[in-house]
Amino acid sequence: MIIAVASGKGGTGKTTVAVNLALSISNVQLLDCDVEEPNAHLLLNPKINRKEPVYIPVPTVNEKLCNYCGKCSEFCEYNAIFVGSNKILIFPELCHSCGGCALICPKKAISEKQHKIGTLNFGSAGNLELIYGKLEVGEPLAVPVIKAVKKQIKNDKNVILDSPPGTSCPVIETVKGSDYCILVTEPTPFGLHDLKITVEVLEDINIPFGVIVNRAGIGDRKVYDFCKEKEIPVLLEIPYERVIAELYSQGVPFSLKIPEWKEKFKMLIETVKEYAGK
Amino acid sequence: MRICVTASGNSLDAPVEPRFGRCPYFIFVDSETMAFEAVPNMAMNAMGGAGIQAAQLIASKGAKVLITGNVGPNAFQALVAAGIRIITGAYGTVREVVEKFKRGELRETGSPTVGGHYGRGAGMGRGWRRRYPPPY
Repeated sequence: MIIAVASGKGGTGKTTVAVNLALSISNVQLLDCDVEEPNAHLLLNPKINRKEPVYIPVPTVNEKLCNYCGKCSEFCEYNAIFVGSNKILIFPELCHSCGGCALICPKKAISEKQHKIGTLNFGSAGNLELIYGKLEVGEPLAVPVIKAVKKQIKNDKNVILDSPPGTSCPVIETVKGSDYCILVTEPTPFGLHDLKITVEVLEDINIPFGVIVNRAGIGDRKVYDFCKEKEIPVLLEIPYERVIAELYSQGVPFSLKIPEWKEKFKMLIETVKEYAGK
Repeated sequence: MRICVTASGNSLDAPVEPRFGRCPYFIFVDSETMAFEAVPNMAMNAMGGAGIQAAQLIASKGAKVLITGNVGPNAFQALVAAGIRIITGAYGTVREVVEKFKRGELRETGSPTVGGHYGRGAGMGRGWRRRYPPPY
């Protein structure tokens, strides 16, 4: 079973939920797909067992064969190639690795080389398996790194995906193929606004979902009204409590210190299984 | 000599546009005769790499000098590779800056004048790509 933890708004508590959930169930694999700023490891202090680079193919030009005809540059939808009168420039950070330039080159001067854009980190914290991707600084393409993280999914495990915030490509890449998506929000106008956008996305890609309200007690009731109106289950409320915030500030997942929360997360998994039809 | 000026309109009296890659028009001016050709910038709405695409266009048009406001790092590299002289910080109308250039009042730049960014509408701030979703 694959459960994605996502949110429209950033900072609502995705990682908090994903980590506490992962700590409350057995046979679990936690994949941090927020490769731009992974942080699940900060709460888990895992032992990193190994690292693996993530590459994408980018073009390289044999200038002995190139006659500077410019067809590659004309073809490139992302403007990653500049052809001067006797010089060719490649901008790997703009390349989307389609391979079209190599195909279109009449002189067969273009081949592909591997360009490192990120790193996979394989770690463990007790029985919990944690894998997180990290995008290199200055590299704009998060999706290939997320794909590499998701390749590590083991089908016999309870897989929890910690998604990046928002509703853009990295989020879609993370949640697609999940059996269920937990949307973490906060009961504020900002939380509601971004929740609505995310709900639209999930309805579109047809993944069942429910909501966790974090920092319950602040803001207003509009998130609840919205969920009621749309018949979205509110799976859990995490109250706005000092003790939870204090543990968080110390980098301690609160279910480790407050046993009743471990039970609540266990029950949450059962509820999710039912909704996901698993 | 053929000079390219970035402009917000399609005539010699149009104001110089400070952005290079995303200017609305390139005005190619013959410095001897002041004859000109206005070319709409197809890269203006490019998802990314507008500066590179724009550099490709003006190189193909045979310009030897570019007069504009600012040039980013990718465009700068491309323009240098194309052997185009780069003048930044220009303001006024296209006609005025070409005249200034002819009088030797404009200086070439040896480095990019603005930082890199990716796509439209946002600077290189943390989280901007989350606010402005792809595809780029």
